[in-house]
Amino acid sequence: MSLQLDFPAVLERWPSFLAGAALTLELAAFATVLGALLGTLAAVGRGTHNALISGACKVYVEAIRNTPLLVQIFLVYFGLASLGLKLSAFTVAVAALTINVGAYTAEIMRAGFEAIPRGQIEAAEGLALSRLQIYWHIILLPAVEKVYPALTSQFVLLMLASSICSQISAEELTAVANYIQSDTYRAFETYIIVAVLYVILSLIMRAGFWGLGLVLFPRRRRLGTPL
Amino acid sequence: MGGHLNINHLMFLGQGALWTIGLSTIALIGGGIVGFVIALARISPLRSVRLASAVYVQLVQGTPLLVILFLGYFGLAAIGLQVSPLAAAGASLTLYVAAYLGEIWRGCIESVPKPQWEAAEGLALSRTQRMMKVILPQAIRIATPPTVGFMVQIIKNTSLASVVGFVELMRSGQIVNNSLFEPFAIYAIIAVVYFAMCYPLSLFSQRLERRMGRGRSNLAPA
Repeated sequence: MSLQLDFPAVLERWPSFLAGAALTLELAAFATVLGALLGTLAAVGRGTHNALISGACKVYVEAIRNTPLLVQIFLVYFGLASLGLKLSAFTVAVAALTINVGAYTAEIMRAGFEAIPRGQIEAAEGLALSRLQIYWHIILLPAVEKVYPALTSQFVLLMLASSICSQISAEELTAVANYIQSDTYRAFETYIIVAVLYVILSLIMRAGFWGLGLVLFPRRRRLGTPL
Repeated sequence: MGGHLNINHLMFLGQGALWTIGLSTIALIGGGIVGFVIALARISPLRSVRLASAVYVQLVQGTPLLVILFLGYFGLAAIGLQVSPLAAAGASLTLYVAAYLGEIWRGCIESVPKPQWEAAEGLALSRTQRMMKVILPQAIRIATPPTVGFMVQIIKNTSLASVVGFVELMRSGQIVNNSLFEPFAIYAIIAVVYFAMCYPLSLFSQRLERRMGRGRSNLAPA
């Protein structure tokens, strides 16, 4: 019943930990950018008057939001393989995470779109802005501005969820930890270090999004509303 | 290898599904109890209690559940406790769920309008009376839709317990797959079963939200 921790034995593997953390950030970055695009498209599609498109977007969002990411990753992994596509674990991981976070982004963006007052759009029409201009300046940008905090915490959750990609042997932080603990027999120490690294990564991401918000939404900064 | 999906496989998957529900229930009850304490600690008048609970929430919310599960599984073993995968998964999920439910419920308690707190104080109710008789009954109403919504997250997250060898739905799917090797079909079935468990809860949560008048009217322009 004695607990003996030996951190130096594990910490000497720090280059592997760093490489894993870097790959985790890389996975998160790819999936964030692609997922934001996919999610915004799905939110736009959900709001169209075309029943087929909006129905398809709804099915996508509900199917993803009501099944576990682990199952989705396996489905993408084996699904693409059975289509004869030989892709790297990294590509599969990015694809699965993108599909996953896209559905959550779609719901958040939909809330943002719904929060745009109808009068704003009518005013823009009255000023003879083109449809594209209205969409960009009156709907999309203000909507993103409104839901920015919700979006960013979703993307931090995505980074944490990318740990699940260790199950298809993408060499990110958790996979590195699994390897190191089986090599050193120091499981507890390894996972404590990895937990601390994840906390640091999520703090870095939050700080990054906060800074990005200051640059992207100067109006909000001037008004002094918290991001 | 080979063979077809037969009734025994389906029975095995069904058993896994039952364990998924069982583990979700354990996580909900355990996490609910600890989460309630966290929610109260977050608004405690004592600075140190507030700080400690805030640190707990930040640490758990900054760590992936998968890593928490490994910590529970190997950590309990490291201090010499030989625990079953069920106990390890149950304990880890409890700690994880508590952090999230604690934050959700803190928000609900704090969203009870300020005059209610002041009126209770004005009526010379004690702190406990104010909490139990005035604030919590109203907070529970506010808390119901997000809590039901979070139950969907709990069910989905129990799938990670498969990684520490607990045979719930996901793990039983992997075991069946090991004998049939039809991964796409089997994981599709698993996905459908998870969907069948989660979607009714999602709908229920949305309905509760609308009934409380917090749903947004449809102003979508495009």
